Amino acid sequence: MELTLLLLIPVASAILGGLLGKNAVRSVAILGALGTLGLAIGIALNWDSSLGGSQFSIDNVWVSQLGIHWAFAVDGLNLALIVLTAFVYASVTVACALRDLESPRLFFFQLGLAASSVIGAFLAQDLILFVFFFDLMLVPFYFLVGQWGTGDRVAATTKMVIYTLAGSLLMLAAAVATGVMAASQHGRHIDFLISNLQHLPLSKGTQDWIFLCFAAAFLVKMPAVPFHGWLKDAYKAMPLPVLALFSGVLSKVAAYGFLKTALPLFPDAAANFQTLMLVLGVISILYGSALAFTTSDARLVVGYSSIAQLGFIVIGIFSLTADGAEGAILQMVNHGVVTVALVMVVGMLASRAKGSEDLGSMGGMAMGAPVLAVVFLIAAFANLAMPASANFVGEFLILKGVFSSTAAIAVIATIGVAMAAVYMLRAYIKAMHGPDANGVEQREISFREALPVIPAILVIIGLALYPQVVLKTTDGPAEAQIIPAATAAHIPVDATPAKMTKAGAK
Amino acid sequence: MLAAIKAPFIDWSELLPFTVLTVGGVVVLLTGLVGTQRFRRAAVPLLSLLTLAGAAVTLLGNWNKPAVIVSGALKIDDLTVGLGLICLVGAFFAVILALRVDNEEGLGRGEFHTLLIFSVMGMLVLIAANDLVTLFIGIELLSIPLYVLCAGEIRRGRSLESGLKYLILGSVGSATLLYGLALLYGATGATSLTKIGTVLTSSGAPLHDSLFVAGMALIIAGFAFKASAAPFHQWTPDVYEGAPASITTFMATATKAAALGVLLRVLAGPLLPAINDWGPIVATISVLSILVGNFGALGQDSLKRMLAWSSVAQVGYLLAAVVVADQLGIQALVFYLVVYTFMTLAAFAVVIDNSREWEEGERMSGISGLGRRRPWLAGAMTVSMVALAGLPPTDGFTGKLNIIAALVDGDWTWLGFVVVFGSLVSLAYYLRVVAAMWMKEPSADAPTTRSRTPEITAVALIAALLTLGLGFAPSWPLDKATEIGQKSVSSPR
Repeated sequence: MELTLLLLIPVASAILGGLLGKNAVRSVAILGALGTLGLAIGIALNWDSSLGGSQFSIDNVWVSQLGIHWAFAVDGLNLALIVLTAFVYASVTVACALRDLESPRLFFFQLGLAASSVIGAFLAQDLILFVFFFDLMLVPFYFLVGQWGTGDRVAATTKMVIYTLAGSLLMLAAAVATGVMAASQHGRHIDFLISNLQHLPLSKGTQDWIFLCFAAAFLVKMPAVPFHGWLKDAYKAMPLPVLALFSGVLSKVAAYGFLKTALPLFPDAAANFQTLMLVLGVISILYGSALAFTTSDARLVVGYSSIAQLGFIVIGIFSLTADGAEGAILQMVNHGVVTVALVMVVGMLASRAKGSEDLGSMGGMAMGAPVLAVVFLIAAFANLAMPASANFVGEFLILKGVFSSTAAIAVIATIGVAMAAVYMLRAYIKAMHGPDANGVEQREISFREALPVIPAILVIIGLALYPQVVLKTTDGPAEAQIIPAATAAHIPVDATPAKMTKAGAK
Repeated sequence: MLAAIKAPFIDWSELLPFTVLTVGGVVVLLTGLVGTQRFRRAAVPLLSLLTLAGAAVTLLGNWNKPAVIVSGALKIDDLTVGLGLICLVGAFFAVILALRVDNEEGLGRGEFHTLLIFSVMGMLVLIAANDLVTLFIGIELLSIPLYVLCAGEIRRGRSLESGLKYLILGSVGSATLLYGLALLYGATGATSLTKIGTVLTSSGAPLHDSLFVAGMALIIAGFAFKASAAPFHQWTPDVYEGAPASITTFMATATKAAALGVLLRVLAGPLLPAINDWGPIVATISVLSILVGNFGALGQDSLKRMLAWSSVAQVGYLLAAVVVADQLGIQALVFYLVVYTFMTLAAFAVVIDNSREWEEGERMSGISGLGRRRPWLAGAMTVSMVALAGLPPTDGFTGKLNIIAALVDGDWTWLGFVVVFGSLVSLAYYLRVVAAMWMKEPSADAPTTRSRTPEITAVALIAALLTLGLGFAPSWPLDKATEIGQKSVSSPR
């Protein structure tokens, strides 16, 4: 019941707001988003960590002929990500409601649909249901970019959709194949519940190509290098608050997909392709960072930095260690929150630099806007994984995990940590310090601007003080997801080091 | 002495749908000749709708009562009922879409509707055919009225061209089919499909007969013509563009259902023992249709042509389900035919509604900014495009899911990937329509007044709603499709 509500509130409130008329749509959307957030937090508070496992489960047969279930549940794996999604959705809705929008009713409908489908993808416990929501996410974003974007929006959104759907459709075929083949190889009735499929491993040859199809979908969505071709145009065209939602949570669905579906269902293949995935992750870290410190576009600094961050998450997952996987989930949450803050900051910077998002046309803003500078600095420090930030804990766990499975990759990835400091601080210095650029306004952060960004900053600080709030939910569930693959890759699985690290991080 | 005459037994109850259509068709024709023009305008469509509805109700009465009637000429089973209903629904909506067409110089009202009714009857005969002779009668009864209907707008060159093209190429298709039927008869010595099946299963000898294989190939080619599958699709874009829009809609929905239904009836029925021969042929046609249809649709500026090419691709997906020919395959085919009917209906209804407002309405440029001019209409079109592309939350997703599941289960996984690839390519042109509607401004000379055709808007909205609704709740039609699949497989051949 709770989960059905959580799933429906965003889209239902948007429809309700639309029916009530143009004037009501903003307030109803905000109410809906806050309601979603409240419900998500309520679920998190009522989630019994001592019990573990799936809670608040719903399981109804959806398409009986194909054994597809309308099955949702909260477990340690997705709990933090659901709260993240609700949080980002609330911030973004507030930010959007404060803007002037063309056809606001349609806009908030698409935004609500986007939030509902992301929540659905995180909650889904059935493979086809997961694919359903994974593909559905794209539909509202197609409109959000194409209808409310800027610049060459139609071309950008078409490119984004076709790129990402290329992967997603492969995943659809592979997901269907998983269920059908598992049923025929084990002589069972067809069924797509992930928990059932986990006990029906496919033969090794089949696993390989199915895994690659799933990996294609996830790597394009993140995106990882070399599948990032759509990112630049789409990020440039997206309205800023929409970008926060997109970059903040959509990429996480892909990373989560690896942990939820690909690793436990295709463990042999995951072990097989471990090196490949680690290498792709490292390339994403290095190449993404390099792009981030060569671009002069503030928005793209955020975009490329998220390629690098997602690279960390990939290597964390594919270290096939408990540390790596937990670090990856923590890092997903961190990056989601930090992205919201950074994207909103980019918007504020641009509004002070005559609308230009070019770092070259900014400068010296810190003098007149110290609060803005502090906000930016906190977000930047978090993004570069400054010690004491939650991102530091996340990256530390990831690197520790990778180190214990493939030391060489960990060493190279460490360079990425240093590079993050370079590009984040470069962006900060160019925008906030130095001489005033021509025509830059020295304007302090206003109440309207602060409203969506301050909560994100507070969450960043909160997570820095107490990252265990995430780690204690993922401890155990994350490990359970990687055990089959780790066993297949002959990586020793031991639960104790993860707990020690967390004590150390404290 | 009446009692002394011994009449042959006639299965009146099973024949009822055919009787209703025949009587209804004649009544409609005669009504078109009497009364004032106003009377005809109201009465003829109304009677046609009643006839079609009556046929549907009587056909439904045969659900779950399999019977072979008229000395083995017709087989009324659940497959007949299911696909027959799809055809009747297609015709029903075609009548609604044609409600306000005034075409005093071309086909009269009575003729138009009578031809439509007889064409549907041809479809029913075709789907129910259990004998090569009935089968051919069915396909001719289906085709000949359609040739006339395509050319119905006699003052419009395009319409005449469309009718003529369809006549010539359709006749080639019929001839090919007839030749194939003759060869099949030569190889097996029987015209009854039941007997052909028995001959093939009891002695495998004809299977290796080149006469048999050639006949089978010709039959497949003949049906591929009717279903407009590549490489027998060349007539499709021109005919779809030129024919009156309501007839195009009828052809895109009902004719496809009938042609694929009979193909399934023949291949998965008596010819099942030869699956290793026809499987690769149908798979090749399927792949070609998916590729040719999707790439052909890419650069089209006329919406009707785009939909024509896209329908070629959709036939490719449907043929992929035919290839499997087991319970899952039949289930997937029937279900996809149902959902395909409604999404196509929505798309055509939008195009017709829009083209009633202005000349440009049939073109890609005419749909620009439709989201601003007619948001609900644009919404219906969006749902239809998303469904045709096979994306959630529509039933297009569920339909593709079924087809892929059937393909994987039948060891045709690679064909499943071709289906997926086709969907990906198709996004390029479906999304172009969506982008034009929502992301572009209406052109300056776009009409500001609305067309007064609420019934067409209603058809678009109903079809779109069904498309969306069946995406979330596919169980009922899927249950029926499964039932049809189970019975078609277990029934004696």
